[in-house]
Amino acid sequence: MHKIWLIIQREYLTRVRKKSFIIMTFLTPLLLAAFMVVPAWLATVSDSSDVVMVLDESGLFADKLETKKDLQFIPIQGDLESAKELYRETGNTALLYIPKMDINDPQGFKVYSKKNTNIQTKARLENMLEKEIENQRFIASGIDREQLNKMKANISITTVNLSDEGERDNNAWVTSGAGIVAAVIIYFFIFMYGVQIMRGVIEEKTNRIVEVIISSVKPFQLMMGKIVGIAAVGLTQFLLWVVLSMVVVTGVQAAFGIKPAPTPAEQMMSGRVAGEDLTEEEQAVEDNKTKAVMGTALSALSNLNIPLILGCFLFYFLGGYLLYGSLFGAVGAAVDNETDTQQFMFPITIPLVISFILSYSVVLQNPDGPVAFWLSVIPLTSPIIMMVRVPFGVPAWELLVSMGALILGFIFTTWIAARIYRVGILMYGKKVSYRELSKWLFYRV
Amino acid sequence: MSILKIDGVSKRYANHTALNNVSFVIPTGCIFGLLGPNGAGKTSLIRIITQITGADTGEILFKGNRLKPDHIREMGYLPEERGLYKKMKVGEQLLYLAQLKGLTKADATERIKGWIDRLEIRDWVGKNIEDLSKGMQQKVQFIATVLHEPALIILDEPFSGFDPINANLIKDEILRLRERGASIIFSTHRMESVEELCDNIALINRAQKVLDGSVKEIKEAYKTDTFQVIGNGKLMILNPDFQVLEQHENHGVFRASIKLLNGTQPNDLLRYLIERVEVHSFIELVPSINDIFIRKVKETHHA
Repeated sequence: MHKIWLIIQREYLTRVRKKSFIIMTFLTPLLLAAFMVVPAWLATVSDSSDVVMVLDESGLFADKLETKKDLQFIPIQGDLESAKELYRETGNTALLYIPKMDINDPQGFKVYSKKNTNIQTKARLENMLEKEIENQRFIASGIDREQLNKMKANISITTVNLSDEGERDNNAWVTSGAGIVAAVIIYFFIFMYGVQIMRGVIEEKTNRIVEVIISSVKPFQLMMGKIVGIAAVGLTQFLLWVVLSMVVVTGVQAAFGIKPAPTPAEQMMSGRVAGEDLTEEEQAVEDNKTKAVMGTALSALSNLNIPLILGCFLFYFLGGYLLYGSLFGAVGAAVDNETDTQQFMFPITIPLVISFILSYSVVLQNPDGPVAFWLSVIPLTSPIIMMVRVPFGVPAWELLVSMGALILGFIFTTWIAARIYRVGILMYGKKVSYRELSKWLFYRV
Repeated sequence: MSILKIDGVSKRYANHTALNNVSFVIPTGCIFGLLGPNGAGKTSLIRIITQITGADTGEILFKGNRLKPDHIREMGYLPEERGLYKKMKVGEQLLYLAQLKGLTKADATERIKGWIDRLEIRDWVGKNIEDLSKGMQQKVQFIATVLHEPALIILDEPFSGFDPINANLIKDEILRLRERGASIIFSTHRMESVEELCDNIALINRAQKVLDGSVKEIKEAYKTDTFQVIGNGKLMILNPDFQVLEQHENHGVFRASIKLLNGTQPNDLLRYLIERVEVHSFIELVPSINDIFIRKVKETHHA
């Protein structure tokens, strides 16, 4: 036990002191902060950006196009050719040309610009023009815009689970979000640190230090020490990320007073398309709607069984890592250098990638279906699939079966890995086939 | 008293036999040469002794007891393929390896200090292994091998990669370790390099032991009573007790190999020569271990 502890210490300390570890650990939260702050900052900076000259031959729009914060209109007169000439001389963004037209058949809008007009500006212009044409048509047919707005309805459905345990809000978005986040973390953790185990084993093999070490400790101790040590590195990095991200984010917010840009999720919930201009009433309605959705999301969040999810997360996180980690270690032992790892990496990564893909398509659509059930019991896929399912609520027996299977699974893969490892680390200069590997399992060493 | 007794050890791999019924004894406190060409089975045997692998059949006794995992801390093994963690500092690496051998941290630190001074690598302690020259790395690895003061030190090709100065330094350290009671196994295919150092040897060829014993006895057994004589004059030997194997003459200087027959003594030959020529040099032609090995291997092939 003492020796395993020494090995764990070495694996941990040498990795944690590496420059790459320190840089990754501190850079990631900074990048995260940058992702948050930069869009918000850009939004405040881009005020002066778009100036559009308008040549309105129809006379229907010129005074109706409202100048917004970041979009300014300059009406001009004359014919198209002189307008183009005029536009060329200025540094304005674009020239909008509106020909003479019938309000019932609006055609022939054109935008001239020196650079390619960006799609967002085009969409905004179209949107504003459409609205104005609608307004004119309403007026023509005697409908009051105010009245119309009052008649508009906005609803969002709150879904409620009626299970044996009683009613509770069930916001599918929050539920699946929690699962997916957990699954993604597990997926990347297994990959990143699994490969580190493999590299570590290959390094020991190519450095030929393994013979020295093996003459003082058992191969199994060396392998487990490495796996556990690297797991500790991963957990350290993960914790530091969480803590540093929180520090950096709150720090940035306090320092600049910047409200973070709405996340795509928030935008998705409010159903708002970026760049769409809303009237004040519409804005108010949208805000209310957003608040309502956020309210149900929060209540859904508080309805999630957080301790259970966290517990499961830790279990599947470690279980999945141990299961795959030992396999990665075995791959490292079977080859001489990293370029030879491909053929053995393939069967290991396939179940991981498949479960990652299926977690989106199949499991989220039908979290209690047979595919979801079996994938969450098979140890190779369960760390990811079960994590996606847990927030939706999984019967206790299924969870126990899945956890039991995972424990048996990693005992089994560790056994296989240890057998391959003890032969492989002393085998040099030989390209190994699967048949050869299967023989190693039963070698008497 | 023997430090190691190897008794009928065999080891077979999938498609070849690495060791076939090998037995010999390594006396305590001696330098023992484990000799043989590449691929003879030396490394396989060492891996069995160091318990990296196990023998298929046969038994090994360490200080009279069956080999068991605890014995590992009484052994130090320097593998032929040297290796250290490249990104680790010299001091940390030594400390780590010593602790794996069961030394306490304080103990290990103390001994590392002593060795660092003796092998003159003080300036390198804080450097990463990858920044060291090959010879320097070898020194570090040698220290790692003997730091825990093992009773049995196993050195696989110990001098490869050393320049003559450092090779001598290591040679002296090895002799010093023997004086302090350690037994040392030298494994090498360059037999001439260890002749002068070894007290006992075992020759291995094609998985089998072909010869073992003390160097002195072996040489005694294989000596051919042949003498090389160099001198001035015309050498004409007509005595049936002396057989001339080879003779050259150049500008009045002759050089001849002469074998004693019928139980005659070297002094008889010398007396015979003095009466006839001027003798400058008279040396017994002792077969080198290499010669003995080649002879022995040829014998076993013909048999």
